[in-house]
Amino acid sequence: MRDVAVVASAHSAVSATTDTPIELLIPVINEALANAGLERREVDFWCHGSCDYLVGQPFSFVSAVDALGAWPPIVESHVEMDGAWALYEAWIKIQTGEADTALVFGNGKSSVADMFRVMALQLDPYVEAPLGTDQIALAGLQARMALDAGVITERDMAEVAARSRRDALANPVALVSGEVSVDDLLAADKVRDPLRAHDIPAMGDGVTAVVIAAGDRARSLASRPAWIRAIDHRIDAQRIGGRDLIGVPSAVAAAERCGVGGDRIDVAEIHAPFTHEELLVGRALGIDAATTRINPSGGALVSNVLMAAGLARIARAAETVLDGTADRVIGHATQGPCLQQNLVCVMEGA
Amino acid sequence: MGAVRCAVVGVGQTHHTSCRADVSIAGLVREAADRALADAGMTMDDIDAVVIGKAPDMLEGVMMPELWLAEALAAAGKPVFRVHTAGSVGGSTAIVAAQHVMSGVHKRVLAVAFEKQSDGNAMWALSVPVPFSMPVHAGAGGYFAPHVRAYIRRSEAPGYIGAMVAVKDRTNACANPYAHLHEPDWTLEAAMESPMLWDPIRFVETCPSSDGAAALVIAAEDVADALPGPKAWIRATSMRSEPTMFAGRNQVSPQAGKDCSAELWRKAGITDPLREVDVAEIYVPFSWFEPMWLENLGFAERNEGWRLVEDGVTDLRGGSLPINPSGGVLSSNPIGASGMIRFGEAAMQVMGNAGDHQVDGARTAVGHAYGGGSQFFAMWVVGAEKP
Repeated sequence: MRDVAVVASAHSAVSATTDTPIELLIPVINEALANAGLERREVDFWCHGSCDYLVGQPFSFVSAVDALGAWPPIVESHVEMDGAWALYEAWIKIQTGEADTALVFGNGKSSVADMFRVMALQLDPYVEAPLGTDQIALAGLQARMALDAGVITERDMAEVAARSRRDALANPVALVSGEVSVDDLLAADKVRDPLRAHDIPAMGDGVTAVVIAAGDRARSLASRPAWIRAIDHRIDAQRIGGRDLIGVPSAVAAAERCGVGGDRIDVAEIHAPFTHEELLVGRALGIDAATTRINPSGGALVSNVLMAAGLARIARAAETVLDGTADRVIGHATQGPCLQQNLVCVMEGA
Repeated sequence: MGAVRCAVVGVGQTHHTSCRADVSIAGLVREAADRALADAGMTMDDIDAVVIGKAPDMLEGVMMPELWLAEALAAAGKPVFRVHTAGSVGGSTAIVAAQHVMSGVHKRVLAVAFEKQSDGNAMWALSVPVPFSMPVHAGAGGYFAPHVRAYIRRSEAPGYIGAMVAVKDRTNACANPYAHLHEPDWTLEAAMESPMLWDPIRFVETCPSSDGAAALVIAAEDVADALPGPKAWIRATSMRSEPTMFAGRNQVSPQAGKDCSAELWRKAGITDPLREVDVAEIYVPFSWFEPMWLENLGFAERNEGWRLVEDGVTDLRGGSLPINPSGGVLSSNPIGASGMIRFGEAAMQVMGNAGDHQVDGARTAVGHAYGGGSQFFAMWVVGAEKP
């Protein structure tokens, strides 16, 4: 396999904006390119992750091409997935030898509708979607199973929220941050039993863009590239009543394929919009919270830009390698109801 | 490093029709997948990864349906990847699936594409009014009719060329048991009397709305070599994109299509496409796009594409470059699958598996798809011989 690395990234997130998706994309793409020191014409391949249903418009990704400077025409593709999978496609493309550099991005506007209801339209349209459950209800069912199984506690969940908000103080695009005590969080009423407000993500409008490059090209673009040592994704059957919601088998399988169990992991950015999801994915990946720093960015809990938040986890993990504070890191992304599909990306500084 | 050689080793498709009321979306997709796997002599246990494509999710009303469909495809535990590049998606999905093998990451990949138009209303889904965007309230025909008009004006093509293509494709479809429309009785005279829908596009010059799915099994060289059946070796793939609109854009023969085909011929080592390609399945949802794409692809000089139609060069019987022997998009249009049907039909031709619409001696075939406002292009060349 060719050596491929993350060399630069950029992010935006706000609670709500009237900017169009294109207006949101342009500054972040420009910033990612500037951070890499790369000109638009030097990008061999572009790949975009977004979702029509979030915009309420078919072919919503088409106009995003306007933000890329696609003239003369470019080599470009789009996935109806989180941007993390756009990064996966770009990594595949570079492996074929047809590209050396790629810019990948994911974007979403959560402010235009009740996204928790929209996301539930991912369910089986004949049997499950008509029940009217929303994403929070589904997450609550999963959290309840894990609580009843004794795998996690409500205090564990509140500790995830308190730590994430504290870390978010250093994240300029976090939408919620602050010092809060776990006891104060646990004193709050439940929003949807067993979930309290702190268990539910802060939704955002924004973009994450990442530049990846192969071999010497990566070395010329970053002094300490975050080399992708392994990347894999797996899916579980969706039916909520028919799968292991606690064990998250697709995350376990992806982690195994990436050889996560071996050396120490310095940082793990886990894509977990809900607090209990971080705990369940951490178990599935075999992350030891005593030796691994989890979600130093604050994670998707403090800034959940749909279709970008998974890519942002890879980017945030890579940034700790790029800035020299970590050597071996994991970026994780998920999509689908209750952690149905999971991607694991292991990166190293050397 | 060079990419891993790969081949299409299985092709499957459903019977395309207005409404497949006998199957759910999952059943439709599974039907195509099962046929491709059977054609390859494989089961899902052999498949490393699945790449799924379809056009806008709003056409059926299921958001990111591959999540739900993973179980029906017996893909739980595997990688499932979803592509969406507008109308070109069926072609892009085949290319992304091929790249999963070319990269050396996987050995056997299943590509699937589908659309179940009867579960929704495509005309509505394509015409949602959105602030700050140009409204296209008449579906795709209203959007593309001005491009066709511009082509006719600048090429001085006779007005009956579109009808000739329509009669050819509808006649070809009668030799394809999977085609949606089987209408053997069209004549040029009758076609010229067909009602005008979006001037200058007539009813018969327009694709139907179809339910349907297509699937391909793509395998690495060592796997393909060990299989007894015929293969379609992937000689070259290419994709290009450009913006929907800007001043001076050539919408009749977009630069992205020219660049895409130029790269395709270069990668495949083809210097004279008209002579070296035996058959092409190209994305023609409105009949006039056949001469337009013949020029854009480099099979004909600018403004000369219609002459190939008029001279019968693109006919299935007796033409030197049969175009759309399957009947094409003009005879079956399950939107998200239509590009993959083109890519799969091209593979079937070089595998010698195209049945009654087989082009005799086809060794080199092209699959082509386009999407958006004629701005996304996906193409491949497949051959009977290993490249």
